[in-house]
Amino acid sequence: MKEKKRIGAVIYHVLVFAVGIIMVYPLIWMFMSSFKDTNTIFTTAGTLIPEEFTLQNYATGWKGFAKINFGVFFKNSLFISVVATIGTLISSAIVGYGFARFEFKGKGILFGAMLLSMMLPAQVLMIPQYLWYQKLNWVGSYMPLIVPYFFAIQGFFVYLISNFISGIPKELDEAAKIDGCSYVQIFTRVIMPLIKPALVTGGIFSFMWRWDDFLSALLYVNKSAKYPVSLALKLFCDPGSSSDYGAMFAMASLSILPSVLIFIFFQKYLVEGISTSGLKG
Amino acid sequence: MNRLRKAINQEKTAGYIFTLPFTIGFLLFMVVPMGISLYYSFCKYDILSPPVFTGLDNLKTMMADETFFKSIFVTFYFALVSVPLRLIFALIVAMLLLKNSKMSGFYRAAYYLPSIIGGSVAVSILWKRMFATDGVINRLLQGVGIDCHLSWLGNTKTAIWVLIILAVWQFGSSMLIFLSALKQIPQTLYEAADVDGAKGFSKFFRITLPLLTPTIFFNLVMQMINGFLAFTQSYIITQGKPMNSTLFYTVYMYQQSFEFYNTGYGAAMAWVMLLIIGAVTLVLFATKRFWVYEGGL
Repeated sequence: MKEKKRIGAVIYHVLVFAVGIIMVYPLIWMFMSSFKDTNTIFTTAGTLIPEEFTLQNYATGWKGFAKINFGVFFKNSLFISVVATIGTLISSAIVGYGFARFEFKGKGILFGAMLLSMMLPAQVLMIPQYLWYQKLNWVGSYMPLIVPYFFAIQGFFVYLISNFISGIPKELDEAAKIDGCSYVQIFTRVIMPLIKPALVTGGIFSFMWRWDDFLSALLYVNKSAKYPVSLALKLFCDPGSSSDYGAMFAMASLSILPSVLIFIFFQKYLVEGISTSGLKG
Repeated sequence: MNRLRKAINQEKTAGYIFTLPFTIGFLLFMVVPMGISLYYSFCKYDILSPPVFTGLDNLKTMMADETFFKSIFVTFYFALVSVPLRLIFALIVAMLLLKNSKMSGFYRAAYYLPSIIGGSVAVSILWKRMFATDGVINRLLQGVGIDCHLSWLGNTKTAIWVLIILAVWQFGSSMLIFLSALKQIPQTLYEAADVDGAKGFSKFFRITLPLLTPTIFFNLVMQMINGFLAFTQSYIITQGKPMNSTLFYTVYMYQQSFEFYNTGYGAAMAWVMLLIIGAVTLVLFATKRFWVYEGGL
């Protein structure tokens, strides 16, 4: 009986482990290929370990396109992602607080609108928003990639934070109120410090989504010096660009590095975010 | 300013003030754009010159546009195949990972990682190269003795599957949701079933699955919606080729609006898409009472 159980455990681990390797194999393959001589990547596509380990691809890839190196693209991505994330967190916390702590006429409708904003994704809004931003003269600037996020337009984050606030005992608010705190003070001094875990979770998701965002950059950024990484990577795929696959894999690997690092260090928060609010990701 | 200060400190009005950013954002970045595009959808508009009202012309063009219907077919095919496959994988793996061991954390990470970065451009270009004629997939197949020189992306039958595999590969977040739902099922139910002599299979179909149906339903709705909206992958990997066999609705809408400069037509397509998504969601909700268990424990 014990023997049988042990065999079962071994089969289980071999199976789950093997499938796990298949899952991450494409990423490992890309990463390892980025260290191969660019001419040998496809002749040796079946093997993982480079015959000769080279950093040449990173050097050529980093040079970028038309005298704009990848440092610029990374800086652009970082700027957009960080600013949009800060906007998302601040505005979503304020709105989340409003939803979690106050009763008012029309709250139900507003809450419904928020759920709708969760169901109404960027692709449906792509052309409507383009037409509107064109009127506002925002096309060609970072405005469409940043400003809307300061208005809590992503229901996911409002929902996440408002849920978290609802879990905080209301007695804390009331005690602060008796001590003479205004609602603004309750929000900044009582609620904000307590919702840090939700802010971390939200911040991680927002940063990763903004970092990966391709569609809005494609629509609104038209000067290559302003390109974020996602758009710059696409240049490798354009017909007419010299197909240096080594350089392409090197820069692609670098571009997912922030997300992978966040994943490794903040896995706990990600898992919690997904399992508690369980919406997307 | 003084009035704002007053309003924010009154219980009755404070709620309005705190939710104001969302109210403004919702109006300014969703309602207004949708309203504007509703008008444009009845116009001929090419971005460069002012819109000309043409009534139902866009709709008429649409009804005669074979590519439009092709893109709807492709999108439905993609969503109807990839979403159920993804949920099935997610459920199977979640059941496997429910068993606690020293390796659990590592396994969970390996299965979840693709979901984290799957939507990125980097993964899309990787996928494009993996399924190239001289790519790693054919290499590995040759390695195990299958002499495969198939051009996966050049074949109208296989190209869509490259995108489906990419979508199914990202089952990790559904898996996590299932995992947390599975953990909430009380052990006592299984113990009671054991006493009654139930076997693994009937335990799964009589206890686990019914109790998971609300989670499955929720995932199904959200992912169906997202399935209809896949853009980056098909835009980068196939551009709708070959012969429009991977032309997603969103990609066609983008092409019409920004490559062929039929932006008015694109606006009409955006509204039709909204109606389609609404209809699909309603249909899913209508089926709910037939298979979703809502009795509680």
